[in-house]
Amino acid sequence: MSSTSTPDLARATLGVPRLLTGHGPGYGEHLRALGPLPQRAGLVDEIARSGLTGRGGAAFPTSTKLAAMAPRGVVIGNGSEGEPLSAKDELLLHNRPHLVIDGLLATAHALAARRLHLVVGAASEEPVRRALRERGDADAIEVTVAPDRFVGGEASAVVDLLATGRGLPKDHAVRLTTRGLRGRSTLVQNVETLAHIGLIARVGGERWGAVGVPEDRGTRLFSISGDVAHPGVIEAPGGSSLRSLIAPSSPQPVSAVLVGGYHGAWVGRDALERTVGASSKHGAIPAGAGILVVLGDRSCGLRTAAEIAAYLAAESAGQCGPCVNGLPALADLVSRVADGDRDPRLPAQVERMAGLVEGRGACHHPDGTAKMVRSALVAFADDVAAHQHGFCRAAR
Amino acid sequence: MSASTALHIDWTRCRGRGMCTELLTGLGRDEWGYPLVAGGGSDLPIRTHDVEAADDAVALCPVLALSIRPARPTR
Ligand code: SF4
Ligand code: SF4
Repeated sequence: MSSTSTPDLARATLGVPRLLTGHGPGYGEHLRALGPLPQRAGLVDEIARSGLTGRGGAAFPTSTKLAAMAPRGVVIGNGSEGEPLSAKDELLLHNRPHLVIDGLLATAHALAARRLHLVVGAASEEPVRRALRERGDADAIEVTVAPDRFVGGEASAVVDLLATGRGLPKDHAVRLTTRGLRGRSTLVQNVETLAHIGLIARVGGERWGAVGVPEDRGTRLFSISGDVAHPGVIEAPGGSSLRSLIAPSSPQPVSAVLVGGYHGAWVGRDALERTVGASSKHGAIPAGAGILVVLGDRSCGLRTAAEIAAYLAAESAGQCGPCVNGLPALADLVSRVADGDRDPRLPAQVERMAGLVEGRGACHHPDGTAKMVRSALVAFADDVAAHQHGFCRAAR
Repeated sequence: MSASTALHIDWTRCRGRGMCTELLTGLGRDEWGYPLVAGGGSDLPIRTHDVEAADDAVALCPVLALSIRPARPTR
């Protein structure tokens, strides 16, 4: 019994971790652990039953997106991971490429899709191509390397990359599922989401969703960085508290955490017991693409926020006037606050500039930047006051 | 009653020439010259008496940055 070559996954439950299980990336090991990918009828229903939400940032219910697809469309696995502090997609493509490929194949099959693409960062190209060569059922998947650009992971930018080679966000009049790549119904799905689908295809939605909490089922990958002894990627069930998520990284005494990455929100240490989840419903802090940046109590949050704002301003794709002009202006104001400029009008000017860029771009880059900056003014309100009086709590 | 259509600005095209802001009272200009919708965002709800002006703006924008869409944003 123990030497059976096909694991009986139909009866198995999935534990944690299920993505970062530690076995090697080869196809042989993949098959030994999970068995071949079954052609599961009703996969879309199983995904609906699972409660799976997108792991790329927007946390949209995956089944809703699938239901919007027309037959003979395009399915794109998105592993472009433009966020510099996100490491999970690359880790997954290196360690579990076959699970991602399974998810892509199963989704495309369920949707009767005609074109399959996998868009990855440069560092993942070789491992992914190697994995594709190892199996005979994935010849239809076309691999494209995404430019290393912050906004390059946005769905319309990924479609533009495949259509024109540029990879810039586009103003879209209709959803990509209605009209995407070359006019076809197009699904852009993060590679972690696809890996989860690779599991759902085997065990069904109910067993997949047996861990987590009702409002956030399954597991999620988190990329943890900042003032911690052990940065890296962890996998945690839905319903985990911020404190439990950062604990394995051995953080310094925490002053604040940036949850969701550079387009996320700063929360103070008083938020450590809160849950990090798919959405802000039920009081959770939205996980975004699962990025957690820890700020120790010896760092100046305003300085960090200013540096991130400057980075984001430089990463504007240079297409939209309010983004091109407003983000540098916003970053400049934040950096004046960080530098200890004591002009009392500054905080209000930051607010005004954040409001001026919000919602005024083809993609959410201005909105995300404004959100990060606004949250910094709230989380670091004491520091703003101190800087205005000529002090910085972190200065030494 | 809320407007059922909106004038949408494609920011990847708009060059801030300001033609539209002269046609529609609901559009101001920001400090760089780009059209500014009173409530923020990229869509100006079109009220009944603005329908013609909105159509003119679409036709006259030199870079084809404007379009009429259903009022609810589609993404
Ligand atoms: S909003 Fe900014 S980042 Fe997004 S497409 Fe426009 S210029 Fe590029
Ligand atoms: S007329 Fe066209 S280019 Fe000029 S400001 Fe209006 S939308 Fe922009």
